[in-house]
Amino acid sequence: MRQQFSYSKKVLKHFRSPHNLGKIKDADGVGEVGNLSCGDVMKLYLKVKDGVILDVKFQTYGCAAAIATSSITTDLVKGKTIDEALAMTNKEVIESLDGLPPIKIHCSLLSVDALNEAIYDYLNKNNKKIPEFLEKKHQRSVTLEKMEGHGA
Amino acid sequence: MSLHGTGIKMSEAVEKSREIIAKALNAESEEIVFTGSATESNNLVLKGLAEANPEKKKIIISSIEHDCIRNSALWLRKQGFKVVMLPVDKKGIVEIEKLENEIDKDTLVVSIIHASNEVGTIQDVEKIGNICRKMGVYFHTDASQSFGKVEIDVLAMKIDLLTASSHKIYGPKGAAILYVREGIKINPILHGGGHEGGLRSSTVNVAAVVGMGKAVGICVREREKETIRLKRLRDKLIKGVLKSIDACWLNGAEKKRLVNNVNISFEKVEGESVLLELSNRGIMCSTGSACSSNSLEPSHVLLAMGLNAPEAHGSLRFSLGRWTKEADINYVLEILPIVIKKIRRISPFK
Repeated sequence: MRQQFSYSKKVLKHFRSPHNLGKIKDADGVGEVGNLSCGDVMKLYLKVKDGVILDVKFQTYGCAAAIATSSITTDLVKGKTIDEALAMTNKEVIESLDGLPPIKIHCSLLSVDALNEAIYDYLNKNNKKIPEFLEKKHQRSVTLEKMEGHGA
Repeated sequence: MSLHGTGIKMSEAVEKSREIIAKALNAESEEIVFTGSATESNNLVLKGLAEANPEKKKIIISSIEHDCIRNSALWLRKQGFKVVMLPVDKKGIVEIEKLENEIDKDTLVVSIIHASNEVGTIQDVEKIGNICRKMGVYFHTDASQSFGKVEIDVLAMKIDLLTASSHKIYGPKGAAILYVREGIKINPILHGGGHEGGLRSSTVNVAAVVGMGKAVGICVREREKETIRLKRLRDKLIKGVLKSIDACWLNGAEKKRLVNNVNISFEKVEGESVLLELSNRGIMCSTGSACSSNSLEPSHVLLAMGLNAPEAHGSLRFSLGRWTKEADINYVLEILPIVIKKIRRISPFK
């Protein structure tokens, strides 16, 4: 019966002073996931050179967990190669934030989805090979968007 | 309660409290049943009436009830009752014509919240009471938010049953009442030693009950003065926010509204993030956003009033109280625009 709902200090820190906030005007890849009806929309921008993520920025509409997971995701992928970034899981996001309340785990999945979508966009625009799992994930998120619309 | 000296003293204290509360409602002491919470009172009223009057199978509630009425009614639906939820208009006022269309000889009870806990809208209970009385249907109102703040006369308003709570009016937690008009057929949901005229078996929470009586006394005494004071502060807060922040609006009625309730939706922000940021600066409020609820569903009250999900996610409720001062309102008016601006800056929607 024990009930707990509290954010870790790290979540609150990222929420209050998010890292890499904003957008990249000439981004090489942009990913947008979530929808307004559910209360979370994340948009992630990538600047890539020689297969390395040089810069990354985000904009998020959502709760503190949505903002914090977006912020930590940008921290985690900056300087990584595309392959390394694609290997990132939501578990890393959660651990880097010193945990998330169970009801907020979906925010960590969403931030990884935003990253994957941005990488998909980059690979697609540059005629690079898209891994099979990424292609499937992209198709799923496109279908979902069509089904749910885009909020109001 | 026991017959020895201390027992009698306790009993007298409880009865004194019962008298104060009865008087505040224009009811008789015998018609006041002490319970442990408004949730308990609301469970008792629907389930107790349902069991005692098995020949009637229809329950009418509004679509903006508190979860304890809503979920008790939905539980009864599973037991074979027909539950009708009356729609409200965009200010949160129950559509009376819909009630007149729905109420019939098969209707067991109409239960309508007196004042909304979320948007502060006050219903015309006298009108509803008259319709129910004419049809011979029991009328219950959940007055948890209004008792002590709005004048209630159960006789004039034709109210058969009423729920009120102690801690909403600065009394201790753990006490509430159900007013049950004499002659109403209702069964207990807790069986035991037959306390409270057989309607609520349980050792009476004497301290909380006495505290509730004291709290009611203070509310009645201060009401007129406090209403004027809070109304001015409430309207100052509403006007100030609507003026200084763009893309926001008041939820609920302007005039038929609790003096302590302010509920405003802000476009392009999600309530939980604003709530946390305000809390960090010493301002405590609540939100109808899904993200702050255990169910991840936005407020059913705001949705019933016609708001869409994002509009409900962006709602904030500020409650004023006996200790709210002008300086507090000024502080909120200073901080809120900064916080909304900050959260909107994080969002991709410009």
